[in-house]
Amino acid sequence: MLEEVSVIDQGDMIINIGPQHPSTHGVLQLVVTLNGETIKKVEPHLGYIHRSIEKMCESLSYRQFIYVTSRMDYLSSHINNHGCALCVEKGLQIELPERAKVIRVLMDELTRIASHELWWGAMAMDLGAFTPFFLAFRERETITDIMEDTCGARLTMNYIVPGGVMADLHPDFQRKVKAFIKLFREKADQYNELVTGNIIFQSRMKNVGILSKEDAISYGCTGPTARGSGVNCDIRKLYPYEIYDKLKFDEILETGCDSFSRYLVRVKEMYQSISIIEQLIDNIPEGDFQAKTKAVLKLPKGEFYTRVETARGELGVYIVSEGGTTPYRIKFRSPGFSNLSALNHMAKGGKIGDLVAMMGTLDLVIPDIDR
Amino acid sequence: MSAIQYIKDIFGAVKSLLIGMKQTGYYFTHHKEIITQNYPEEKPKLAERFRGEVVMTHDEKNEHKCTGCTACELACPNGTIKIVTKFEQTPEGKKKKAIDKFVYHLELCTMCNLCVAACPTDAIKMDQAFEHSVFDRSQLTKVLNKPGSKVMEGVE
Repeated sequence: MLEEVSVIDQGDMIINIGPQHPSTHGVLQLVVTLNGETIKKVEPHLGYIHRSIEKMCESLSYRQFIYVTSRMDYLSSHINNHGCALCVEKGLQIELPERAKVIRVLMDELTRIASHELWWGAMAMDLGAFTPFFLAFRERETITDIMEDTCGARLTMNYIVPGGVMADLHPDFQRKVKAFIKLFREKADQYNELVTGNIIFQSRMKNVGILSKEDAISYGCTGPTARGSGVNCDIRKLYPYEIYDKLKFDEILETGCDSFSRYLVRVKEMYQSISIIEQLIDNIPEGDFQAKTKAVLKLPKGEFYTRVETARGELGVYIVSEGGTTPYRIKFRSPGFSNLSALNHMAKGGKIGDLVAMMGTLDLVIPDIDR
Repeated sequence: MSAIQYIKDIFGAVKSLLIGMKQTGYYFTHHKEIITQNYPEEKPKLAERFRGEVVMTHDEKNEHKCTGCTACELACPNGTIKIVTKFEQTPEGKKKKAIDKFVYHLELCTMCNLCVAACPTDAIKMDQAFEHSVFDRSQLTKVLNKPGSKVMEGVE
């Protein structure tokens, strides 16, 4: 959809927000055209942390390139790795052991909760509340501890390899996850008391940053951003991968189309992820955690595309193979880039004070946008 | 908006703020729950699988398991590992390939664990050391096999 380019009138002001600004959660520059306090145009400038990850991946083998993708959307690095591994497995037609599938899904959902919790804290901090940030980090720490036990790292895990996972679960895994579920259920109610019901929070979120269902679709928004506008787009439901078709969970849809709906979608998604983990944690099948693969992976000639639902939306991995050990071309369809493109539409006509709140509800991770 | 609705809204707003303040009050009176670590004074307890750096395991006879097959060098995405091989004379008079130097560039390493997963003889593993800051960059290039060490017998 083409937007009319606004001509700068006399009395308009152009303000740069970023690239070094605490509210942009990274190096993103927003060039905002203002008339008084009203936003006329928001122009995101990208490329400050472009590291050419796609090009880097093309020079690495199919085992090696997966670790680079942790650096794209670092808050859901596990799910990025998962998407890439799925694409390689699709090309090689590897059948995964049941245990590997369950471990992958468990780790994905833990990552999703960790990512949403961090977003929740940062979102409240964008609106001026400082305490939730610490509370969110305190609870997220429990998840990073679980990750550290099993995967060996806290943020860029590189745990998923083509054919399964790198190592078996830590013996303490089940006990720690159960303790976390109990803790989360207690604390999440506190969260809602502290932030969700707060009248200042609600008045700053409701009827702000309206993104209608049609616009969300035409801008290519995915994930909680689009589901807050009532778009049915959960990849876990629409194109189930691994064992998601056997699990019971709801796709959260809110029809408010405003910032508050997008907030509610993410908060409710955390409960859904907890319910998925509860279904799986006592039913981890025994067996191998990794399928037997060749030492050197060679994808057959052709094109392969898989998609996964990260914490931010749909991540598409597209590999073109010429039959060699390295991919000929890799393209990532990252959720952050499409979600950011809707910011201009959402912010137009709004107030400058709400811009940060709107941007917060998009849940932007800048390395995911730039890649 | 009617006057009654206006007053109702004000009371509703005050109530929601008080509910939030209840949490603040709870943490004000229950400040004994300490979740931070006094890091430089107390060493943190790290997970056993924590990836800090690559090390080569040596036994008490100063023997390691590395055969110099360069599987780790090929598996590394960053060119962190360089293996220099030499030929050793066996007692039977045959020439046998062995490692001369296992060079490990810590400054290039991203701790992805791919080299450890690729090693067929479990010669290398990840260590928990994490305080890697040095004054000179050259100190980060390490030789992992100890001087005078040789391959364990029976490891091919």
